[in-house]
Amino acid sequence: MIRVRSYSIRQKLTSMNMLVSGAALLLACAAFAVYELTYFRTTLVQSLSIQAQIVGANSASALLFNDPDSARNTLSALKAAPNISSAGIYTPAGQPFAIYARDPDNQVSYLSIPIVSPEAWKFVGNELILVRVIEFQGKRVGIVQIHSDLSEIRAGLERYAGIVAVVLAVSLLAAFLFSSIFQKTTAQPIAQLAETARVVSREKKYSVRAPVPETRDEIGDLIEAFNEMLAQIQARDTALQTARDELELRVERRTAQVEAVNKELESFTYSVAHDLRAPLRHIQGFSDALIEECARQLDETAKGYLNRIVDSTRRMDQLISDLLGLAHVGRQELHLQPVSLHRLARDVIRDMEHEIQGRNIEWRIGDLPVLDCDPGLMKQVLYNLLSNAVKYTRPRDPAVVEVGQTATEGHRVIFVRDNGVGFNMKYVHKLFGVFERLHRREDFEGTGVGLATVQRIIHKHGGRIWAEAEVDRGATFYFTLGSHENS
Amino acid sequence: MSSNQTEILLVEDDPQDVELTLRVLRTENIKVAIQVARDGEEALDYLFRRGDYSNRAPNHQPSLILLDLKLPKVNGLQVIEQIKASDETRTIPVVVLTSSGEQKDIVESYRLGANSYVQKPVGSIEFRQAIKTLAFYWTAVNQVPVLQIKDPVITR
Repeated sequence: MIRVRSYSIRQKLTSMNMLVSGAALLLACAAFAVYELTYFRTTLVQSLSIQAQIVGANSASALLFNDPDSARNTLSALKAAPNISSAGIYTPAGQPFAIYARDPDNQVSYLSIPIVSPEAWKFVGNELILVRVIEFQGKRVGIVQIHSDLSEIRAGLERYAGIVAVVLAVSLLAAFLFSSIFQKTTAQPIAQLAETARVVSREKKYSVRAPVPETRDEIGDLIEAFNEMLAQIQARDTALQTARDELELRVERRTAQVEAVNKELESFTYSVAHDLRAPLRHIQGFSDALIEECARQLDETAKGYLNRIVDSTRRMDQLISDLLGLAHVGRQELHLQPVSLHRLARDVIRDMEHEIQGRNIEWRIGDLPVLDCDPGLMKQVLYNLLSNAVKYTRPRDPAVVEVGQTATEGHRVIFVRDNGVGFNMKYVHKLFGVFERLHRREDFEGTGVGLATVQRIIHKHGGRIWAEAEVDRGATFYFTLGSHENS
Repeated sequence: MSSNQTEILLVEDDPQDVELTLRVLRTENIKVAIQVARDGEEALDYLFRRGDYSNRAPNHQPSLILLDLKLPKVNGLQVIEQIKASDETRTIPVVVLTSSGEQKDIVESYRLGANSYVQKPVGSIEFRQAIKTLAFYWTAVNQVPVLQIKDPVITR
């Protein structure tokens, strides 16, 4: 059965046809054979019985008058029946009275089967033996026994079996031929459908179609439905491809636009860096020349104005530098690596040596983590935050600047806290805006770009920055580094 | 100009910058000859004795080239490339002196063989200091191989 399961539909259909027709034929033949055999036997027994009665009737007087010759004569008439091999008449006691044998060597001189009145028969080996009681006026006078040879019947039966075999073979052949013809309309379309399905799934080729058979049956419907399905898949595939191509084209176009804008921005910052600085340098240079070379022609007011011009150009230069820095942060790619914030904070404080000269500052550097971030940009963050802290604690003695870490909502938060002049939380929304300042310039210098730069760097890292403060009670800046954070 | 006098080639298109630079050298009493080229092409003509400079004295090249990057005609980077490509001029120190502090410019200048890169300070004090230091270091402290020309220079 397991082997049958793996047969193709063609093989299954053929086997089914052959098995069904073969079984029907075999059953029919078997039924006929049984019927024939029974019929043969019955007629054989009947004819033998008749012959035994005739022999018995004709030999009754011979038995009564003890005339074996007459009985032998009667028996010899059996020569006419070619199937009778031997026969005998016996006395009621079972003694042979007269014996006939077609072949004298094959003479039977005894009763082969027990006697049952009036007759008994039995198939023994290759022959049928029949015994019959001979009666005369109700009295048993003797017994007749006839042996009939069955070899002819057997030969007949064998011929019959031969014919059955031939008929069976011819029928099976015919069944095979018919099933082959019918396969063209059933198995073949299914096989082609299966092959098409294989091609589709293997090569992802949705343009192929299964050949539709001419017959209008379930198989035809199935194949048409399959082809329809393929057509739908193909249409969807094409639509998908088109959409993807369009999307790609759009992305390409957009990328090109972004690149063009970036290039423009870059050349803009380049001109800012290069061209805007030159006039500043000239103003400074020539103001300097004026002070040095024409000092005698200038009074104090003129010199004061000149100094203001020089101060303004310095400030302009600082603004340009800060703006360039901010633009640079925007364009720069992040190079993430594990950075020890503790070491970075120490480095920054060391670099600020010049700024903190003459100040009494108490540094409190807490236990700072190692974070995955861009070391250069993170240094700028710490520098801007710490120099802000130093700047706004100028009126304090001692100034206290604390750098540490805390946690909110499961996120690591780094903070920079000072005991400086703080600010009014009313203006906190302006804190990180470019050029926004919360203090007067004569109190605290600055361009208003530092915190904007810090915010841009933190955002670039996927983090968040915020601040808390109170006027005259210091400020605290908090930041996280979002998804780039290292544990 | 005597052939043994120390000379600086100043390649600068901005006349204000030229004047400010010359003023620093004058007021700081730095005794060098200054040759000014107003664009990259003029600088190359001067160095390779072409065009207006085809009759320039042979066997003499500036001890230092102060080179701006943003120049008309041939830009500063191209000038560095050509100076460093020729055996005759390769050993002349080239100091880029420009307003740009862009990493791109710094990296590219050094890649092409610039010997130094200085961003022009805006502050006049810092500017003076920078010019003074550069002139002193590259003409008085720094040593270059003595120029030896095996073949006569072919002039066109």
